[in-house]
Amino acid sequence: MRETVKLNYGGAVNAALARSLEDYPEAILFGEDVALPGGVFGVTRGLRKAFGARVFDTPISETAMLGAAIGSAMMGRRPIVEIMWMDFMFVAFDQIVNQASNVRYVSEGRLTAPLTIRTQQGNAPGACAQHSQNMEALLLHVPGIRVAMTSTPQDAYDVLRSAVACDDPVVVIENRSLYAGPKAEIEIGGDPMPIGGHRLRRPGADVTVVTWGSITSRVLAGADRLAAEGIDAEVIEAVWLNPFDHAAVAASVARTGRLVVVHEANTTGGFGAEIVARVVESGASLKSPPRRIGARDSRIPAAVGLAAAVLPQEDDIVGGLRAAVGR
Amino acid sequence: MTTDDHLADLHAMWRIRVLEEKILELRLAGDVVGSVHLSNGQEAVAVGVCGQLRKQDAVFATYRGHGWAMARGVPAYPILAEVLARTAGVNGGRGGSAHFSAPEYGFYGENSIVGAGAPIATGAALASTFDKSGRVVVTVFGDGAMNQGAVPEAMNFAAAMDLPVIFVCENNKYSELTPINDMVRNPDLSARATALGIPATRVDGNDAAEVAAATALAIQTARHGLGPTFIEAHTRRIVGHYIGDAQQYRPEGEIEADLAAEPIVRLSQQLIASGVAADTVEATHRRAVAEIEEAARRALAATAADPATALEHLYA
Repeated sequence: MRETVKLNYGGAVNAALARSLEDYPEAILFGEDVALPGGVFGVTRGLRKAFGARVFDTPISETAMLGAAIGSAMMGRRPIVEIMWMDFMFVAFDQIVNQASNVRYVSEGRLTAPLTIRTQQGNAPGACAQHSQNMEALLLHVPGIRVAMTSTPQDAYDVLRSAVACDDPVVVIENRSLYAGPKAEIEIGGDPMPIGGHRLRRPGADVTVVTWGSITSRVLAGADRLAAEGIDAEVIEAVWLNPFDHAAVAASVARTGRLVVVHEANTTGGFGAEIVARVVESGASLKSPPRRIGARDSRIPAAVGLAAAVLPQEDDIVGGLRAAVGR
Repeated sequence: MTTDDHLADLHAMWRIRVLEEKILELRLAGDVVGSVHLSNGQEAVAVGVCGQLRKQDAVFATYRGHGWAMARGVPAYPILAEVLARTAGVNGGRGGSAHFSAPEYGFYGENSIVGAGAPIATGAALASTFDKSGRVVVTVFGDGAMNQGAVPEAMNFAAAMDLPVIFVCENNKYSELTPINDMVRNPDLSARATALGIPATRVDGNDAAEVAAATALAIQTARHGLGPTFIEAHTRRIVGHYIGDAQQYRPEGEIEADLAAEPIVRLSQQLIASGVAADTVEATHRRAVAEIEEAARRALAATAADPATALEHLYA
């Protein structure tokens, strides 16, 4: 049943998990501290009580956890596994890059791995270098793995529902700085939507801005500042990075003639480069060179002031957009 | 075990041996390309374990997995077609020698990353605890995989959750090209399982009956919800790690000793010594040769995988 409720981002994730566990008797949810403790950010609170043994805690063994997800998915379960920090995924990257990615393809579709990996990434004040990275591009280099990233309570709910319904491995990347954010009215309870697509956050005529993740709010704040200067930016939030809605970007750029991509991840090798390359390859007529705004190619320092010098700030975004439109 | 049971084991081992010899021949002739890892000498482990499994049970093997697939019941023709990159292969040529699966036979695949199958097998066993199928899962890996983090992670995960999985370590003395005993302090690999609270046993992996007995006990433990078992099966690979491995790392006389103790020679000698007619024993070989020759002839004549299908099955 569809209903409108007021939930913050973390609450929306929790509601999506609960609904998925209700919808799919074969769904199981596990990870470090997710069951009895309810998750280090409280996002899985109450699910153990509601769903019993289908929600359980695991050893601190990411390889075993992801392998358990793959093997149980091959056997008809629909696992949802939490990797507490994106930075922790790398101790178990084999299970994603070499294992989950290959299940369907190499078996000619005789085996599938309908699993969802929830994780969260990004810098937050004081976070150390091993708890701050934005690594979506690594996953986007791996065919066979779907990837989504959300920044609003509605998308946190909808995208996670779609991920669980998807019959392929999906990594849903959240952001811990959003979990305890403000509540918003969101609609829950409908059928899961197909994966893919984008969100038009702000229509505009002068420049197309493509972004994703928590930095979207910073981009929108920058766009509002520029509106006062007469620069009208169109902001597309790419909640699904694989599959990526290249057609939507192309259509927008065809109207604005300018492209800026903003991500919190490192500029070099970031997915922004891929988006720019696709637009350029398509032969789109551009009024100015496309631009990438991302983190400087650096490690991420813990000190807030130092981190701010590495990660894209609102002023960097505003400056980049001004340059793109030649102001 | 009756004489017929032993003859059945011998035939099962010959089928694997002859298949591997045929793949070697096809590789040397250039019909098969790429890296191939043969299991000659280790057949008794696959035959002993798989003989105890039910249809619903699942095996997760390694790149040295042709024999495990065959012991699970995968016919020779689709295996040969797979290594020959034919459409009729178990995976239409996508898996190749080192990464094919045939889940319809309870063979959930080879794996070309050392140790990586153990966590996945653990997940399959996790599913058993929810679907109440009674499915037991076997994961097999070599001695070298014991030094790969995925294996102890999987073993502890399975132990903590009492999962119905059997960890089978084929200890063939070499971690790829390096003696395992040079890479560990305690050569008793089963001690690691014991340390994790997993019942462990060391068996003669060149004796299918001994492997079968250990497996039967492990299956009983698993089906009763009592969790994993670890079986360290001592065996010898009587060929290189891969086709083309010059094996210069082997001490003088080792291969000769291994050839005298390999499971097919041993079981054949035992059967003859126990009064079985030599022709009856030799017939197991002849039947295997006839079967594999016919399968190879068909596989060579089969259609090559179609490049137009290369991008199929990436996503749902």
